[in-house]
Amino acid sequence: MTAIPLGVPRRLVEFTLDGQEARVPEGSTILDACRAAGKDVPTLCQGDTLTPKNACRVCVVEVEGARTLAPACSRRAEQGMVVRTDTERARHSRKVVLELLASSVDLSTTPSVAQWIKEYEAKPDRFGPDAARVDEEPRVDNDLYVRDYGKCILCYKCVDACGDQWQNSFAISVSGRGFDARIAVEHDGPLTDSACVYCGNCIEVCPTGALSFKSEFDMRAAGTWDEERQTATTTVCAYCGVGCNLTLHVQDNEIVKVTSPHDNPVTHGNLCIKGRFGYQHVQNRD
Amino acid sequence: MSQRQRNRRDRNPKTYTRLTHPLVRDSRDAPFRPATWDEALDRTARGLAAARGAFGLFSCARATNEMNYVAQKFARVVMGTHNVDSCNRTCHAPSVAGLSAAFGSGGGTSSYEEVEHTDLIVMWGSNARFAHPIFFQHVLKGIRAGARMYAVDPRRTSTAEWAESWLGLNVGTDIPLAHAIGREIIHAGLANEAFIERATTGYAEYRALVEPWTLSLAEKVTGVPAAAIRDLAHAYARAERAQLCWTLGITEHHNGTDNVRALINLSLLTGHVGRYGSGLQPLRGQNNVQGGGDMGAIPNRLPGFQDVLDPEVRLKFESAWDTVIQPHHGLTLTEMFEAMEEGSLRAVYCIGENPAQSEADSEQAIRRLRTLDFLVVQDIFLTKTAELADVVLPATAGWAETDGTTTNSERRVQRVRRAVTPPGTAREDIDILCDLATRLGHEWKYADAEAVWNELRSLSPDHNGMTYARLEEHQGIQWPCPSTVALEPTYLHGRLWEPDPALRGLPAPFGIVAHDPPVDLTDEEYPIRLTTGRRLDSYNTGVQTGGYASPLRRGESVELCPEDAERYGVVVGEEVRVTSRRGSLLAPVWVDTALRPGLAFMSFHFPDEVDTNQLTIEANCPIAGTAEFKASAIRIEKVSTGGPALR
Repeated sequence: MTAIPLGVPRRLVEFTLDGQEARVPEGSTILDACRAAGKDVPTLCQGDTLTPKNACRVCVVEVEGARTLAPACSRRAEQGMVVRTDTERARHSRKVVLELLASSVDLSTTPSVAQWIKEYEAKPDRFGPDAARVDEEPRVDNDLYVRDYGKCILCYKCVDACGDQWQNSFAISVSGRGFDARIAVEHDGPLTDSACVYCGNCIEVCPTGALSFKSEFDMRAAGTWDEERQTATTTVCAYCGVGCNLTLHVQDNEIVKVTSPHDNPVTHGNLCIKGRFGYQHVQNRD
Repeated sequence: MSQRQRNRRDRNPKTYTRLTHPLVRDSRDAPFRPATWDEALDRTARGLAAARGAFGLFSCARATNEMNYVAQKFARVVMGTHNVDSCNRTCHAPSVAGLSAAFGSGGGTSSYEEVEHTDLIVMWGSNARFAHPIFFQHVLKGIRAGARMYAVDPRRTSTAEWAESWLGLNVGTDIPLAHAIGREIIHAGLANEAFIERATTGYAEYRALVEPWTLSLAEKVTGVPAAAIRDLAHAYARAERAQLCWTLGITEHHNGTDNVRALINLSLLTGHVGRYGSGLQPLRGQNNVQGGGDMGAIPNRLPGFQDVLDPEVRLKFESAWDTVIQPHHGLTLTEMFEAMEEGSLRAVYCIGENPAQSEADSEQAIRRLRTLDFLVVQDIFLTKTAELADVVLPATAGWAETDGTTTNSERRVQRVRRAVTPPGTAREDIDILCDLATRLGHEWKYADAEAVWNELRSLSPDHNGMTYARLEEHQGIQWPCPSTVALEPTYLHGRLWEPDPALRGLPAPFGIVAHDPPVDLTDEEYPIRLTTGRRLDSYNTGVQTGGYASPLRRGESVELCPEDAERYGVVVGEEVRVTSRRGSLLAPVWVDTALRPGLAFMSFHFPDEVDTNQLTIEANCPIAGTAEFKASAIRIEKVSTGGPALR
């Protein structure tokens, strides 16, 4: 019998985190260390199933000796490093970043942001209503997905999930440069004309609700979306034999959306079109 | 409007409404009328009691392990028969038969994770990108990490687009190709002699078997260039670790089990089995095909895949169930259909299956179901099969309305949980089965699914260690799991590598299997080879997937390559007549560059519009009973110029 290769054992790195001794496995990021220590560092673009993109800059921390602030999500912890997460400089930077983000896009469906805005005393209003980066109607071109560019913070998570990190469909990319940059499918056309296979893995990772399920979008529009009344139950997909884990979000005995647990060894948070959307048959009740 | 949009057919397949109360009918000519559960169950009990000795149970590869366990126990204890089977018969029974014959166990040997850490992946007869998309993500991880993939498929599928090399073989020539690969490995001195010597039997016979299959002969028969065959042979044999994966392209043939054996031979020849990253993966088509068989819902195995013919095994179950277990095999699904024809099977209890639409040669299947004295269908919809029944019992949806477990293609047993309340008076399968058992003289009571599972655990060593709490903790556990404290390796048959013969157990025999071309030969009258498969957004007979608004759905069509479309003078969307030796239907044309001249493709997803199974042939694998869905001979006729529009 051959042994299972475990790889090179990871050494522990010792460093100082907010004045406390911290020990984390080699390769861990500062954000990993913060979470292990029970510290809440805000972040939007970091995804637990994705390689850090360090795009949103909400998670910056101060590293002693470094000229600039460091993104905690992608900066790896090093031996002897001295990190402070809650300094005046870091707090000020987060405040400004939150102000810029919240003034340029609609973060009303982004979890935790309202709380961070309060905590860092950010005032997005000071840039006025003209700060909106894009101001257009949500795009509804099919019955499964809605794309709302007014909520997109260009974090690239959807690009990575659709691209070489998971789905490998490459339906989504960034078009334009600088202020004109936006997430788009081929030629910025309708989704139904693109390479999209409707796996919904981009919705799964979108932090702001710029990509959302049509079911959720419609219910929000009708004022019936109520997460307080929803239950989330993890079960196994009814289709092929791969055995993907589905989390069914149920409100008033109706499945209103389907997600997938990110730490699951089968799916890693991903699904295909049938698993994500093919649930309607059980609720064709009359 | 783009070309793509214009070509997309806006079709809304039939959507099924949930059954909410039992249905009965007073004669075969009368329509269904609603009934109380009492009346429906009384009638069912009477119908089944009258057919003792001539009874068959279709269990459900889409229901939980617990339901399959209770269903097979119902057949064996209440009805005294091993005539219990499910749709695994129409898809992966050859994989189970082939793997069991070689290794004594019918499960795939590897875990998904191992595909990410292997060096070479052979996808044989599998469009995993469409049929098993999340498994294919593991494959893509492997490719990104440096693994090379070879695709063996008559079609140049979107799976093949990721391959190092695509071996586009002629339909039904898998054995010549595998034999040629084996011969090349032997002649190049790349066979793993040490492993062969230690862990296998029948090598000399195998070597003689493959000797005639030179690269040039294989090229003539399979259509794959000799250099490509040689390249795959060398790459597979030289890889440190290699995964050989297959699906229905291998199994749905009249000699499906032989096909599986031919592939297993390659793993025995190279030692690519029983090690981390090296193994054999049959990718299952239904969510619980693996579990249904593991639970004993097959005619030759008791729960835990234990042999019905083993007296010790029978004794264990007899004392646990207080019954007598017959020392012979029951009928497979295929044989049950034949027995209907002969009149020796007179009553069927069909749970969650739709054979009227999923069997090959569907008209024959319906005719046979009509000959029954009594048919009870337990389902969530009034399917085509249910329409033929005497009694219809409304059940809950296994995955969303029921607690229990299912077992996936990597043998991982996972919890399924009730998330929504079922409609009307629909009841859980186990509840219905126990109620019927009681009416037939066996007072069965299970507090819940976990109680069923614990009974199974006490009888199946492979599942013994899987308590619900542990399944929860580990997000599923792969069998075998004999211990409640430890976990086994993720791969099977590591024993074959043990230096100690006592630990090594039985050696794995090479399969001595010969090439046998498709039964339905092409000729001047039927010049086109029709093969079948799955589309990404749809599933099986479409009963479940018809209900959601897929933007990818374009209904069913007959797919041709551009050259054939031109030859027949047909364009995309044009309706043509497709005729086989069994049936004839109208279908629109689709043009796909994945196909080659002489090869057409269709799926079974829209039987209410295009009933593809009228065309397929019921030529069954004699070992596993699976039909040759992948190889029918057809002709295409332009409706406007030739042939009558209706048969």
